[in-house]
This record gives sequence, C-alpha cells and structure tokens, in this order.
Amino acid sequence: MSIIIDHVNYIYGEGTPLATKALNDICLTIPDGQFIGIIGHTGSGKSTLMQHLNGLAKATTGHIYFNGEDIYDSDYDMKKLRSKVGLVFQYPEHQLFEIDVFTDVCFGPKNLGLDRREVELRAYEALEKVGFPKELFYQSPFELSGGQKRRAAIAGVLAMEPEVLILDEPTAGLDPKGRDEILHQIKKLQKESGMTILLVSHSMEDVAEYVDRIIVMNKGSVMFDDTPREVFHHYKELEEVGLSAPQVTYIMHALREKGLNVDTDVTTIAEAAKEILKYYS
Amino acid sequence: MNIVKAENLTYEYIRRDEDGNVEGITTAVDDVSLRVKQGDFVAILGHNGSGKSTLAKHINAILSPTEGTVWVDGKDTRDEEEIWNIRQTAGMVFQNPDNQIIGQVVEEDVGFGPENIGVPTEEIWERVTESLRAVGMYQFRKYSPNKLSGGQKQRVSIAGVLAMHPKCIILDEPTAMLDPNGRKEVIRAVRGLNQVEGVTVILITHYMEEIIHADKVFVMDRGKIAMEGTPREIFSQVEKLKALRLDVPQVTLLAYNLQKKGVPLPDGILTTEEFVKALGL
Repeated sequence: MSIIIDHVNYIYGEGTPLATKALNDICLTIPDGQFIGIIGHTGSGKSTLMQHLNGLAKATTGHIYFNGEDIYDSDYDMKKLRSKVGLVFQYPEHQLFEIDVFTDVCFGPKNLGLDRREVELRAYEALEKVGFPKELFYQSPFELSGGQKRRAAIAGVLAMEPEVLILDEPTAGLDPKGRDEILHQIKKLQKESGMTILLVSHSMEDVAEYVDRIIVMNKGSVMFDDTPREVFHHYKELEEVGLSAPQVTYIMHALREKGLNVDTDVTTIAEAAKEILKYYS
Repeated sequence: MNIVKAENLTYEYIRRDEDGNVEGITTAVDDVSLRVKQGDFVAILGHNGSGKSTLAKHINAILSPTEGTVWVDGKDTRDEEEIWNIRQTAGMVFQNPDNQIIGQVVEEDVGFGPENIGVPTEEIWERVTESLRAVGMYQFRKYSPNKLSGGQKQRVSIAGVLAMHPKCIILDEPTAMLDPNGRKEVIRAVRGLNQVEGVTVILITHYMEEIIHADKVFVMDRGKIAMEGTPREIFSQVEKLKALRLDVPQVTLLAYNLQKKGVPLPDGILTTEEFVKALGL
C-alpha cells in the first residue's frame, strides 16, 4: 500500500494571463510507514503538493494513486481519501472551535457517521497519542497554552484514524521545548502505529533529527529526494535555493578545513559529538 | 541613557466565563523591573505563555500596566496625551507580515505611517527611500507586496516602522513564519538598523542563533525575569535554559555535550569560529 504520484503537473489559473505553473512533472512514491520531511523555500510548491495528496487541489495533468486506486477516477470516493490522508494545516489551533477539547476532537469522527461510543473512543485515543494531559480534556481550547492547543488540533485529525498524516510546519511559533515534544510525539506515532508521516518544515535541524527521507522542492519540481545525510551533502546547491544544512553540518566542514579528518555529512549533534570524540578522547 | 525603563511592572488579565462573570485573574507580567539602554540590541527569550509578548506590548503602550510604571524615552506610557509620541518612539513589528501590510505598492505602504502624522509630502518620500534602503528593499519599491516573499514582506513592515523615525523597534517573533533565507534577511536587516542607524532593538524570538550578537538577553518565566545577562552568560547555562523550555544554538550544545565527555572546552561557545579555535585547530 502506498501513494504514487505519477507525472503530476499543476497550473494555477490555467487559461488566464496569470497562469502559473506550481507543480512541474512530479513523480514520487511514498511507501507505508515512512517519516518524510518536505523542505523548500516559500513558494517552492511544497504546500501545493501536499494539497494534492488529499484531493484539496486537483492535478492539471498526471495521476495520483492511493493504495492502488486512481484518485481522479470518476467513481473514486474523495471523502474516504480525506479520512485516510489527514492534513494538519499551519497554525491548526485557529480551527479549534468547540466548547471543550474533547468535543472538538470528536467533531471529525462524528462527521464520519460513526456511533457515539466509537467517536468518543477515537477521540480519547487520539488525545492520548499526542500526549494531551487528561485533566485538560474538558477545558475550553482557548484557555490552553500554544503547545497544548497545537496538540489538541493534531488529535482532531488523528481521531479520523488516517493512514497518512501530513503536517504543515507543526512547530511554527512554539518554544524549543514545545517543538521537541511535538516532534517526539509524531515520531513515536510513526514508530508505534506505522503511520506514514509527511512533515513540511523550515527547520533543517528538526528535519535532520527526525526524518528518514527528505524531499526538496524548488520551483515546483523535486530537486532532491534522499536520506538527510545525502541531501545535506548538497548544502551548496541547497543554499542557492534559499535553504541550508543544519548548523552542525557547517561545523563539521569548518573542522575539516582546519585539517581534522571528520565526516562532513553528519547532520545531528549526536553524530557530530561521536565523530569529534574520535579525535579528542 | 535608558530608552525603556520598567519599574515593578505588573499586568493582570481578568478571565471571565461565558456570562461575563469573573473566573479568576492571571498575572501575565509579575513585578518586572528592567532597563534598556539607548542603542542596545536586547533579546527577550521565554517559553510560550511566559509573558514576553505582554511585556513587549507595554513598551509601545498597546497595554497599560495594572501596577508599576513603564517609561519610554522618559514618558510614562499611562499618560494618554503622550500615547502617540510613545508609539512613534517605539515601533512594533509582529509575527505575521500579511497582517501588517496595507498598501497596494511597497513604497505607499512604507509612507502610510509618516503620512498619518502629517509629515510634508517631500519628506515622506525621503523617509520612504531611506527606510527601504536600510532594509535592502529599495529596488522593490514599485512592487505589489503580494509579489514578495515572507522575508521581503517582513522587511517592508520594518521599513514602515522605520519611516516613523523611531528610537526603538520591538520585534515580536518576526521570523517565526519565515523560511531559513527569509529569517537570515530579516535578522541581517535588524542588525543593520541597530549598528548603522543606531536604533534600539528589542527582539523576541524562539530561535537561539538569532540573538548571539545581542548586547543583553532577558529570559522570562511565569511573568518574571528568570535570567539576565550577555548571550555568553545566558547560553553557558544549558541545563537551566532547558528547564525553562528553551534551548541553545547547535554549536553551543555540541560543545556542551563534548565538554561533558571530558573534552576541555570553555562554557558558552556561541559560534563555529570560537568552537574550532577552542578545539585548538
């Protein structure tokens, strides 16, 4: 089971003078259970691509296959796709609206037409999965801290029990601890439930720390698609398109320049410490 | 000379239930006293809900103290007659650039502020030109703000504040929504204002790397100032920062981890150059 994106092109405002090509011949395979980071500067097409995965945007040409079925087939059930591919938008807490957190998380599964018991069970499980404290279940969502609101909003999508979870910058505006907690929870979710995770992020450090695979978008095309190690090896090309490597990678390059024979493709602090200790212990 | 002085500043929110009855009182800023010297680059750190934005909003009189006093350039912020003077002296830039730009053309947007305070037309244009040059956006003066990237829009917002000829600029997480390049552009522009134009900068951020050049750092926790010092003094206390839900730059953390493993390195390394040197390379 997987998602296959097959020669997808997307043009905004086709047939008008403002027509802009937002996606250019995208071909990708997303197997089950991977944790994928999507990076690219503002306007590179990453959000547009994500919107295609749950049918919010429809390719101008090309096909997308979800679990072997073409989602553009006339009899394809888009509603089912949307429950299978959960999309957490930027600042998802702006979409919280119910009187308490629990009721808010119930909203999605309730709309799937499930019976009340099942709805509540799912909401409960989803809140547990994101590490939301039980004593706050019946609090108004508007009285929570930024990190807690964000968790509640992610739980609302998880309660739909998606197979694929797409998160658009889930840590924007959170303090460093809140950022680590959310990413840690997401990683745990992927490991324990085998959910496929697509994480759109502007933080190279976060992506390097958590994901198995990075897709780099630039001008609507896939520029790189590889492990963090391989992708950040191309840090010069990344800089040309407004991205960078994690700071730690630059540190390793600086050490290498000074004659220390360390591995320069290191992307996390733990790896870097291990490398340097080879020479200083 | 202190441009900002707060003496025993306390700010309380009154929480109300749906019927408007008082439910309780939250103390967002709790007996804070601080001074900011004219021309300094000051950073305020703190986790979500620590009170840093509430504190910042007192500096340009968006909020008025429950107790205590804030003086901006010697003027008490509670003095209704001085409110416009205070807002001209201390301008504020917020997180989302899209909420701050109103003009159809970049130069019009930047001229909006001075026009409102009755600056003669010729001088408005001078101010617009200067301000856009200071943030490196002069070549975009005829553009529609819609055509700009996040970092460029944020620099236009800063130019808009600059055109009011403030002595002090307060930036509340100006880079939270930007990609790495946008973040760099904005921080570079802000440092330029401080060093070249001599404008006092008060920067609130969750990105630790952005403040390593600050003259002074305040760390907020539960409405109080929990730590105060130079970036080196602050970032030398890795465990304490983590307990306050914060972080240190990657290079600082790497050096700290190596130090724990017995590599002889000093506390509070802030840059790659310092790190390489400290390793004896």
